[in-house]
Amino acid sequence: MFLGLYNYWIVVVLMMIGFYIVIAHGNLVKKIVGLNIFQTSVFIFYISVSNIDGGTAPILAEGFNRYSNPLPHVLILTAIVVGIATTALGLALAIRIKESYGSIEEEEIQQRDNRGC
Amino acid sequence: MLSGIYGLLSASFFVTLDAVDVALTEASVGAGIATLLMLVTVAMTGRYEHTARHKPIGALAVVLVTGGLLLYGILDMPYFGSVDAPAQLHVAPRYINDSMQEIGVINIVTSVLASYRGYDTLGEVVVIFTAGVGVLALLSAVRRPEEDVEIDSVNVSMHEKYLILRVVTKILIPFILLFALYVQFHGDYGPGGGFQAGVIFAAAIILYSMLFGMNTARRVINQPLIRLLSAIGVLVYGSVGIVSMLNGGNFLDYNLLSDDPVAGQHLGILLVELGIGCTVTSVMVIIFFNFAGRTEDHMRTERKSA
Repeated sequence: MFLGLYNYWIVVVLMMIGFYIVIAHGNLVKKIVGLNIFQTSVFIFYISVSNIDGGTAPILAEGFNRYSNPLPHVLILTAIVVGIATTALGLALAIRIKESYGSIEEEEIQQRDNRGC
Repeated sequence: MLSGIYGLLSASFFVTLDAVDVALTEASVGAGIATLLMLVTVAMTGRYEHTARHKPIGALAVVLVTGGLLLYGILDMPYFGSVDAPAQLHVAPRYINDSMQEIGVINIVTSVLASYRGYDTLGEVVVIFTAGVGVLALLSAVRRPEEDVEIDSVNVSMHEKYLILRVVTKILIPFILLFALYVQFHGDYGPGGGFQAGVIFAAAIILYSMLFGMNTARRVINQPLIRLLSAIGVLVYGSVGIVSMLNGGNFLDYNLLSDDPVAGQHLGILLVELGIGCTVTSVMVIIFFNFAGRTEDHMRTERKSA
């Protein structure tokens, strides 16, 4: 049982590491790093689901009749590129917050907001 | 650095799991662009985190509970690689058995990406485009030419030092661009396609601008043109859909683009991949240029204050 589900154990561990970083750290850049780790664990989950014993890469060729499931590959391929674009957007937001607040620590930003109003 | 290794590791992991298309994307994105953006951001926001004042025990408890529930759920999963898993029985057999007759493209990932799930991919391209517009809105700064001249003189002296790197890069860049074109147009027959090619293209441009300075790169790569290209990519994709509608089919029904359905599919996939490549390249370049431009402004103000 342990070996049969080996990939999924790793996925859960990675996902929880990412989740912990997101909720436990106040630093916005670290939160984005945590989200990225979380995201990678989802990628690994999908690719693991698509894998099949004795299968090969889903490119049709003579002599093979069992291929990995192509659908999760498509979903994850686009998700990776979309992921980097959205990560860039998040980092851009962090840079702007740093410029206007002088800090990317959640609590300091909150304090400055409270003082403002 | 660590994030680059992480990206490369997960890419090789995907290769062992037979997901070559995904691996190609992850290798170029994870090991290249993601690391670079992270470095730029860390350079601007400060390297060290303040010591956390709140106790992480609560967070740890939440994580452990969620992790425990997920592990419990996993026990019901079919074993890794099992042939009769539900995921292998749903639509996958149709894609694997019929895509050759219906689409005529060897790489099943490409035919699913561009044809069967074309509408979905259009959505993804629009998301990427929107993210590019968002970064542009957040970070683009109005530049004055006299400031550029000042940086130019700094850059020239700085980059004289890296002679070997510059020569090697000069030789390497045409091959990277060629490889990107290969990946773009060979996506029907091997791993590749618009997403991967776009990222590799952008990586070549970014490499160039890192070694020759932002201003040289700005002179070579016309910024308004790049912005236009990112929109044109989405437009090409959407237009293919509209044309197939005008021919009497559904949105993105490539069968009607030509007299022969398979030839129509080929044409449709080619155009759509071209659109994807355009948008992804230009959005990545826009993102990098705006991040790097901000860093230069940041360094200049720091120098002035010092």
